[in-house]
Amino acid sequence: MGFVRKTALPLWLLGWGAEFLLADMSHLLALLFHQGVLDEQFLHLRQLQDETSPNFVYEVTSIYFRESENLLMNLKLLLTEKEHSDYTKIKVHVNQIMGSSSSIGANRIRNACVAFRAVSDQHNRVGCLRALELLEKEYNYLKNKLHEFFQIEQQRSLAARARYPLPN
Amino acid sequence: MVCEVENILLDDMEIEPVPSMWPEDIGDAGKQFNIEQPGKDQDMLEEVNIMDEPTIVDFKHLMALNDYTEKGSTQLAYLVKRWEYKQANVVRLLKEELDNLSRQKQEVEQKRLEILEEHRFEEGDQRPISVLDDMYDFWKEVPRRKADVIIPNKKVEVDAEYDTAIYWKQRAMHVEKLLEASMQREHMLTEKLQDSINNLENQSSPVEELSQILKRADNFLHFILQNAPVVIGHQDKELKYRFIYNHFPTLHEEDIIGKTDVEIFTGGGVKESQEFKREVLEKGLPAKREITFDTELFGAKTFLIYVEPVFSKTGETIGINYMGMDVTDQVRIREKMAKLREEIAVQKAKETELNKTIHITEETMRAKQMLATMSHEIRSPLSGVVSMAEILARTRLDKEQRQLLDVMLSSGDLVLQLINDILDLSKVESGVMKLEATKFRPREVVKHVLQTAAASLKKTLILEGHISDDVPIEVIGDVLRIRQILTNLISNAIKFTHEGKVGINLYVVPEPVMENDDECRQNPNGILSNNAENKPEENHTSVRPRMENETEEMPRSLEMETTVWIRCDVYDTGIGIPENALPTLFKKYMQVRADHARKYGGTGLGLAICKQLVELMGGRMTVTSQEHFGSTFTFLLPYKVSTAPDNSDDADDVTTMTNHETVPDDITEGFFQFHPRSLGSLFPLNGSSRTSMLLPNGVGHGLSGTSEGSQADNGKFSRMSSPEDASSIIGAAEALTEPECSPGCSSSHESTSAVITRKHGNQHFMPDHADLQNQAELEQRNGNANLTLPGPCETMRKSCESSECTTAGNLGATATNAKPKILLVEDNNINIMVTQSMMKQLGHGMDIVKNGVEAVQAVQRCCYDLILMDVCMPKMNGLQATRLIRSFEQTGNWDAAAEAGVENVSLDSPGSISNSSQSTRRVPIIAMTANALAESADECFENGMDSFVSKPVTFQKLKDSLDKFLPSHSTT
Repeated sequence: MGFVRKTALPLWLLGWGAEFLLADMSHLLALLFHQGVLDEQFLHLRQLQDETSPNFVYEVTSIYFRESENLLMNLKLLLTEKEHSDYTKIKVHVNQIMGSSSSIGANRIRNACVAFRAVSDQHNRVGCLRALELLEKEYNYLKNKLHEFFQIEQQRSLAARARYPLPN
Repeated sequence: MVCEVENILLDDMEIEPVPSMWPEDIGDAGKQFNIEQPGKDQDMLEEVNIMDEPTIVDFKHLMALNDYTEKGSTQLAYLVKRWEYKQANVVRLLKEELDNLSRQKQEVEQKRLEILEEHRFEEGDQRPISVLDDMYDFWKEVPRRKADVIIPNKKVEVDAEYDTAIYWKQRAMHVEKLLEASMQREHMLTEKLQDSINNLENQSSPVEELSQILKRADNFLHFILQNAPVVIGHQDKELKYRFIYNHFPTLHEEDIIGKTDVEIFTGGGVKESQEFKREVLEKGLPAKREITFDTELFGAKTFLIYVEPVFSKTGETIGINYMGMDVTDQVRIREKMAKLREEIAVQKAKETELNKTIHITEETMRAKQMLATMSHEIRSPLSGVVSMAEILARTRLDKEQRQLLDVMLSSGDLVLQLINDILDLSKVESGVMKLEATKFRPREVVKHVLQTAAASLKKTLILEGHISDDVPIEVIGDVLRIRQILTNLISNAIKFTHEGKVGINLYVVPEPVMENDDECRQNPNGILSNNAENKPEENHTSVRPRMENETEEMPRSLEMETTVWIRCDVYDTGIGIPENALPTLFKKYMQVRADHARKYGGTGLGLAICKQLVELMGGRMTVTSQEHFGSTFTFLLPYKVSTAPDNSDDADDVTTMTNHETVPDDITEGFFQFHPRSLGSLFPLNGSSRTSMLLPNGVGHGLSGTSEGSQADNGKFSRMSSPEDASSIIGAAEALTEPECSPGCSSSHESTSAVITRKHGNQHFMPDHADLQNQAELEQRNGNANLTLPGPCETMRKSCESSECTTAGNLGATATNAKPKILLVEDNNINIMVTQSMMKQLGHGMDIVKNGVEAVQAVQRCCYDLILMDVCMPKMNGLQATRLIRSFEQTGNWDAAAEAGVENVSLDSPGSISNSSQSTRRVPIIAMTANALAESADECFENGMDSFVSKPVTFQKLKDSLDKFLPSHSTT
């Protein structure tokens, strides 16, 4: 018989408002772009999504947040626990965050990382703490916004998959 | 005085109920009519104003009643008895009085005798002295006498001398006087007694007493009845009223007495009551009934009527007593209550029913959702497994592996089919199933379904299809679903048919859906036949008579969309269906016999889905069957017929199945037949192994395996007359844009002898000479097939983390120029994922390592066409790694790397030799750096890198780099 027919069907969703959800997504994205939180790399990322990896962006960002969380934690430890921080280690961590941030298009985080790196080059502990604070703030902001975004997207994709028989 | 007497009387006698004329069983079983002590209630009744009016009595009749009826006589007898009793009492009293008097008289006599005794010696004729005589000074005299001891001296009272004549004279006179007085007293007493007797006699006359009692009873009755809403009456044998009491008199006496109900008033219920009374009269038994009257006199009212027969002394009924009470309000209330109660009951029943339904629905919905969700969840990974297996089937495998893979694929297919069935079913049931309205050609659908079935046929069956001429060339409907139904029915038919024919009949039926088994080819008006001029030039064996009116009606139907009902019979000559199984045939998970699932496979969902789909599309499905002779499944569906005459344009696009005999007129062809491949002599009829079936086509399999090229074969297939033909159809079918056709389906690129391969491939029969060529071709066309697998990112990520070259294809060795080998050196997982994904879209796979050391080792192990190198990495950065690689390329040895502490993994392995021989080739290394600053770019170039890409890596940047450094592998 037939091969796998691609018929996705979340039966439990009525499928209303898919277009509104799409508009919501666009608005949210536009806002994030306007604020400089995201840049076009994020769009590139979205273009990479296809049938074989429909949740690519989501998966990438989840990994991003998971890893960044760890890195931020490490940075905090490095900066707070020891009197004399290991600035090379800090720099490695910051670079790591910066690299992945630029990959997913998290522009403001990347900028925060650049600033962080600059102060860590100067071995400026206070500056580092402030930069970390900023980084965390940006990180949390992005995380919340993207969480919201993916939630809408998920709803939209579920809603868009609902099918109704034609009136006639 | 009267009262006093009564008092005395009643004190003495027991209070007895007065037997009345009222029915005895009214009210309590006990006393009906108790009168209390009159002394007490006298006052009570004094103030009661009793109106005598309502009672109308026919007194004559009452007398007659008393005379004749049992009741009357007992009543009279009782009264007489009472009177007699009273009389006796009075007599007793009088006797007592008399006794008293006579006792007194005796005493007086005795006294007199004593006196006489005393005075015997004094005088002889003394008269007795009465005690009652006041005038006689009795007590004075006696003591005096007693005191007078000397008795003779005592007689001195008499003036005369004792014993003288004068003395005796005087004495006699005196006694005479006394006697006279006594006599007088006696007379007086007698008079008094006489008076008393007279009085008594006057007082206790029975009539007076009776009337007194009756009056009192009457008063009580009046008092009670005064406000009682009852009608009481007596009617005689002819049901003429003799007595009536009505609290609400509306008629005069003369209007009622002596008349019957019917004579008095008319209206609803009057007759009924009359008849009821008559019934009681005849039966002689009291009865109650509710009768609703609707008369002019008092409107619509309901009366509760009690009727009691009255018997004469001889036991004959002489009339009836009846009592009626207005119960209209009660009846109304009762009816209302009953209604309400009924409503409540209905409401409750409904409620429980509803609750039950809701509960069931909820449960069902939940279960369905669960099922759907589960199925969906299962399907996704399963489809991954199956597609992987399919891809695996395209790689080179030995015979055993391929057999295992075949089993795996067929099992996977089965599960997928089952899940799809379940999903379809839940979709239809939950109303989510979307029907599409597309234009399609029924003939082609039938043909393709048959072709597909023929291709996988493992039995010697003839598959045929008849399409009536009046079936429009093109209709609008959901072709996918219709195909699904047809495929399901056909595969069912084939499954249960071991020899003979399986076929499809398609013809138009008139719109009112009828069940007639003879082929109804009547053309309803408006059936479009745009291509009427393109009638089939030859219709093979069964040329059907063409409808004359078809062409005539054609112009009329051009401008509008009409609906045409097409009936489709799928018949077979199989084992048939026993009659008792027919009702459950379309039920879910039902199979005719328990052993069918084992014997024939299947889930029992197919027919249920078919039926539901048909019904969803507004049609209906039936089945007729005769056990051992075959079954016919019939479904009727309405189709829209488009009248836009554009179907000639896309005819070329759609017509992929061509026929070397009737090439241009395929679209109107009305008959198809597919003979079984003549395997009978060579192979067992029902050999189930796929390999044995496909063996004759083995030569052709070697040439399959590409996913393209099937279109090139259009028009070259011959009709089904040779063993090869049956299978060739599939190839044509695949060319259609049907979703069932997987992209993996393949057909030969040898145009003359088209050979089918099942999509799961049978390449283990591939002859060797074709193998390599085919494989190479496959890889060339598909790029690196193993890297374009649909795999979730998660697996990619895992593979990245484990730092393994998971995607280093084994095929690389055999296909050196098939694809470029790219190495990504990157420590950031995000960057790995993004870059990998981009590469995938560009059609490339990559090996991934995570730092400079691993990069160097990877280069030692294998030869790459391009290296993408991150600069900032732990352990060894990209610049150093690049330096080491360049050093190796220049010197041909890894000494520099060894110095830097990188262990040479390829040492002493044959690969290292080959690597060293190629060491002259400079691998392009592209730096990937986040430091998009000029000096870092310089730094990159200084360390031997060929280019650099600033992070973030974009699709365009990557593509440009690839184009630049891998020109031969340029993607598109």
